[in-house]
Amino acid sequence: MSDTFQLDGQPVVFESGQTVMQAALAAGHYIPHLCYHPEFKPHGSCKLCTVKVNGRTAASCTMPAEAGLEVESDSEELNALRRTLVQMLFADGNHFCPSCEKSGNCILQALGYDLEVHSAGFRHQFPDRPLDASHPDILLDFNRCILCELCVNASAEVDGKHVFALAGRGNSKHLIVNAESGLLKDTDIALTDKAMSVCPVGVIIKKGVGFSTPIGERRYDQRPISEQALDDAPRLPSGEAHD
Amino acid sequence: MVHEAVSPSPRFLEPKDLSLLQQVLGHHANDSTKLLQILREVQEHLGFIPNAAVSFIAEALDIPRNRIESVASFYSFLHLRSQGTYRVLFSDNITDRMLGSQTLMERMCQQLWLQPGKVSEDGLLSIGTTSCTGMCDQGPAMLVNERAITKLTHQRIQEIGQLIRNRTPLNDWPADFFYVEDNIHRAGLILGNTMAYGEALQAGLTLGGAAIVDVVKRSGLRGRGGAGYPTGLKWEACRNAKGNQHYVVCNADEGEPGTFKDRVLLTRQADLVFEGMTLCALAVGAKQGFLYLRGEYRYLLDHLKGVLQRRRESNLLGVDILGQSGFDFDIEIHLGAGAYICGEESALIESLEGERGVPRNRPPFPVTQGYLQQPTALDNVETFCQAALAIHMGADKYSAIGTSKSTGSKLISVSGDCPRPGIYEYPFGVSVQEILNDCGAVNTRAVQISGPSGICIGEHEFGRKLGFEDLPTAGAFMVFDDSRDMFEVARNFVHFFAHESCGFCTPCRVGTSMLKQTMDKIAAGQGTHYDLAEVENLDHVLQTTSHCGLGRTACNPVLHTLKHFRPAYESRLKSLSFKPAFDLDGALARARQMTGRDDAGAHLKENE
Repeated sequence: MSDTFQLDGQPVVFESGQTVMQAALAAGHYIPHLCYHPEFKPHGSCKLCTVKVNGRTAASCTMPAEAGLEVESDSEELNALRRTLVQMLFADGNHFCPSCEKSGNCILQALGYDLEVHSAGFRHQFPDRPLDASHPDILLDFNRCILCELCVNASAEVDGKHVFALAGRGNSKHLIVNAESGLLKDTDIALTDKAMSVCPVGVIIKKGVGFSTPIGERRYDQRPISEQALDDAPRLPSGEAHD
Repeated sequence: MVHEAVSPSPRFLEPKDLSLLQQVLGHHANDSTKLLQILREVQEHLGFIPNAAVSFIAEALDIPRNRIESVASFYSFLHLRSQGTYRVLFSDNITDRMLGSQTLMERMCQQLWLQPGKVSEDGLLSIGTTSCTGMCDQGPAMLVNERAITKLTHQRIQEIGQLIRNRTPLNDWPADFFYVEDNIHRAGLILGNTMAYGEALQAGLTLGGAAIVDVVKRSGLRGRGGAGYPTGLKWEACRNAKGNQHYVVCNADEGEPGTFKDRVLLTRQADLVFEGMTLCALAVGAKQGFLYLRGEYRYLLDHLKGVLQRRRESNLLGVDILGQSGFDFDIEIHLGAGAYICGEESALIESLEGERGVPRNRPPFPVTQGYLQQPTALDNVETFCQAALAIHMGADKYSAIGTSKSTGSKLISVSGDCPRPGIYEYPFGVSVQEILNDCGAVNTRAVQISGPSGICIGEHEFGRKLGFEDLPTAGAFMVFDDSRDMFEVARNFVHFFAHESCGFCTPCRVGTSMLKQTMDKIAAGQGTHYDLAEVENLDHVLQTTSHCGLGRTACNPVLHTLKHFRPAYESRLKSLSFKPAFDLDGALARARQMTGRDDAGAHLKENE
């Protein structure tokens, strides 16, 4: 017998151990998300994937799927919350899309468009976050960091290196690297590291290849993120049903 | 520009520092789950944790050095850069402020030619503020190198300044500076306890583990840390959970501003606390227990270690406790380092494992996957005391005290505007007015129940009763009389939450900071009704999307004071309506005069 829960009124089949997000993506349903990455254990910090489960809000990426749950995701109330969270992230860092190498490939920006974030909403904080340009091949632009921890996990779990970590608390939380000098050039990062490819925004930038794809021709310039996110998620082979 | 390229700390460690590091690391058997304790001890000797020490510890523990920086920078009391030989922190709870802490701090800064938050040029000292140190009944209070000093006066501040200037070692400062009073004004079940050491434990041994759980369940005991979860159900779930080891953890990270009952319990009834923990160990089958003591209560460490040692010698801890073969249990004390969030149970467990105190995703809950992912029974200091008494006196007798849904007694920490601040123990069901009468409060305008995350009530609600049926509380009871500005009270609490947010989730990390800015804007006379509406919007986002209770309750102080004391806000607003104070059309009068126009096109339309 297959277990299912309801997502916006539609049945979603899930395997034991999956979270609501994992099951939804695998079954072809999109729930907006930012810090969740299909290849890593969800940790639930950005809260963009907040849904209502049996009337109570929860982060769908960490919420274990259970038979019979009534999950609500695509509602005006929840999308308004997501919009505010995106506004918070934009206000919290220094995000200047027109000059950013990641523009068009940036998940934060793509979510901003897709969720129709039309205004700043909050006073910009303009934090002082100096760049680390010490490494010959890699630039770290901390201005854009949204503290999703994906690079931290990728470096530790896939690369086995621990190049990145988060330091500080609250509003002064920030990304650091693993070197006594505090500089990226003194770490063992390599261009082939998984950590190089997971940043959803434009913090970890390869030098020398900037803007090789013109703005306007990049991934989310083509189609909105809600139409593409499912391409990244592991899917069930079509037609296969659980029993 | 480069990121933190230059560190002022020495590149190399001196031989004596090296041997100290080796000693500390050896004492903790190079165990990385003890990282927080290791860092604390290193700092106690070196004053801070130099860059070279970070590398040395990383190598010894075989962990990346950025994990050490990551952990150290999470806790307010740990420093990766020198903060001076003397680190002075004024307790910044609203009750300290009401007793004049801000003036005292200014005076001290003037006396020592120093700016708050900066280290003096000679590296002698720094002066700053810290969240409530739990001395609200004897404030204003401060910490100097994490040692608590109470009852600050202008004279005491002057004397402290002199001692610092003369570089007098802290151990040679007058002992009365460090004297902490208990201020017990009303004793009951717990504070009046005179059981002999081991008496409750003996009763528990007679019952056995399963019967202990049954008694605690039937006693109706609910957790005293604020959430009020039934203790018996927690112990039962932990007992039934499968694991290689079971653990008992006592939450003595008493960080809620205005709360100081656990400090008094650990001073006066430490045996009862440990007895409760040992009974819990018997019930859930644990061999190891931890007491997580907040860093602000560091001064209690020697006393508590002494009590533990005496209990070991009396066979109340250790192997085959009270002759019961196979009943082995011991307790270790773990010190916090200035992080309110560690009072949240899963954050406390993270901290206990030597990590940043970030709340975990739940489920799973600690009863099944707690410390080191093993079943863990985690309760508040007072809960363990109540449990020991319930087991000793029996469920029926215990549940006859208090009310039907809130059995037993509750310790209340009274502070603020009253002549007799201190600890009061009542059976549950006591009214706010009764407590106000007992502490001698007059002309009371408001009471903050259960700290900033609790609720603020006004005069017409003083008939309400403490208990899970009406006003649940972890014990804080801050009294404000009619001379107090409730807006400033709320602003102080909002600053507290922004300072203590762990920064894990977006809504709390950014939202508490935005809320703080909005309150500061209103305080500066720049606020409008739009800002008040924004607070309500932020509240909705924080309540619905925050990772833990800190974010969910961060707007409470503002919402509650807005509800009862709206004029305190409105009197500060730039305009009550949205109409700007500046008259745009009027400003064009001179231009109209110069051009000789007065037609419709020379006027701004309404609402334009």
